[in-house]
Order: sequence, then structure tokens, then C-alpha cells
Amino acid sequence: MLHAISPIHYLVLSALLLVIGTVGVLLRRNIVVILMSIELILNAVNINLAAFSRMHAQIQGQIFVLTVMAVAVAEAAVGLAVLIALFRNRGTVIADDLDLLKW
Amino acid sequence: MIDVLLFYFFSVLVLGGGILTITRRNAVMSAVCLVVSLLGVAGIFLLLGAEFLFVAQLILYVGGVVLLFLFVIMLVNLEAAARVRQFRRSWPVVMLAGLGLAAELLFLLCRGNLPETAPAATLPPNTEALADVLFSHYLVAFELTSIVLLVAIIGAVWMGQTRKAQ
Repeated sequence: MLHAISPIHYLVLSALLLVIGTVGVLLRRNIVVILMSIELILNAVNINLAAFSRMHAQIQGQIFVLTVMAVAVAEAAVGLAVLIALFRNRGTVIADDLDLLKW
Repeated sequence: MIDVLLFYFFSVLVLGGGILTITRRNAVMSAVCLVVSLLGVAGIFLLLGAEFLFVAQLILYVGGVVLLFLFVIMLVNLEAAARVRQFRRSWPVVMLAGLGLAAELLFLLCRGNLPETAPAATLPPNTEALADVLFSHYLVAFELTSIVLLVAIIGAVWMGQTRKAQ
């Protein structure tokens, strides 16, 4: 039943986490939780890159993971600043209420 | 044997934490579940032999990003948002799209020609090798990343400040 862990296990785990994050982005109305789901998606990508780095015994994949981490942190900081400005101006964090550009 | 058990343990942490993150009504509970999921990812990094990424994941995500989320949750009044409907009205379509995406990804992973076992060749000691490559071949990417971070800092401060109405 329990056999050795192969790279395909990590890739399946990463795919499932990606699906969870995507469903979270599409499903929720609260912008804070949407930003958390984006973090989940980026973590799925990181698992994938680290697994391929291990599979090919190349360290380069982990460099990519570090870059993705830095970009994810920048994205979270800017996204949350936008959220605070949005809440100050509109008084809501529900994505459906922000429909000024929708017709 | 022990690494197989650890892999499944961390997988349960990652997936369970992720599912709880996107289903909790209270955003603080979502953030706590996000911590569980990110800790699971850190454990997966450790199993993959990426010690430096493990530490970076702990410091950056669990120590930085989630803390930022909790601060924003405190600054923004979420009680009104917790009382309204949490999911979109079109949730069956979203579920179908998620199932379709999962089926597609798993189908492609099954079709793919991936090796069954990890290679016997192991990576050299992690942090040292990472620094060797990062500061020689990928120096330009490293510097560009620092510029991205600088722009993000300035943008976050500029958008987060209060300005008097003109």
C-alpha cells in the first residue's frame, strides 16, 4: 500500500492545491480571502518547482522558487494596501459591490 | 517508510488547511488555516531537500505575509462582511470549473512521461549551492527582484497613506 514517494506525488499535491486556490478566487466574495487564495496558488507553483528541482538534481528550480516568493510578498503588500485604500473610500470589502467598471 | 508517512501528513496539512481557508466565514479563521497550509508546504520543502526554502517559507510567509493579513483584518471592519453571503451565487459553475481543471491536470499528469523514482544523485549541501548559483548565474534576476520589492514598498506606502481631501 505504502510505496516510495515519487515526483508524481508532489505534482499531484501541487495540482490539487492549485485547484483549491482557483476555486477560492472564483468562489469567495471577500477580497481578503481572495488574496489568501492567490497565496495558495503561488505556493502550489513553488511545490512544483521544488519537485522538479529535486527530480532533475538541479538547484536552479529553487532559485525560481525564491523569486516567486519575493514576487508573492510584493503582491500581498500591494494588494493589501489597495484593499485598505478601497475600504477607506468605499467602506466595503465585498468584491461584488465594487462594480463601477461593470455595465 | 518514515518519509512516506511524513509526506502524507504534510499533504493532509496543505490540502486540509487550503480547503478550510476558502470555506471559513470569519477571515481571522481563514488566516489561521492559511498558516496551517503554509506550514505544510514548508514541510514538503524539507522533504524535497530544500532546507533554505523551508526557512525562507517560515520567515517570509508564516512570519511576514500572514502577519500582514492579520494586521489588515484588524484595520478593516470585517464584521459587516462576515454577516452577508460568503459565496457567489454562481457556485455550481465554479465547482464545475474546479472539477474540470482538476480532471485536466490529473489527466495530463497521468499521460506525462515522468520517472517513477527520484534520482539517486542528490543535491549538494543546500544553502551553499543555492548561494553559489544565485550570486553568479542569476545575479541580474536577483537585482531585478530587489527593484520589484522596492517598487512594491513605495507603492504600498503611497496607497496606504491618508491624504487630505483637496
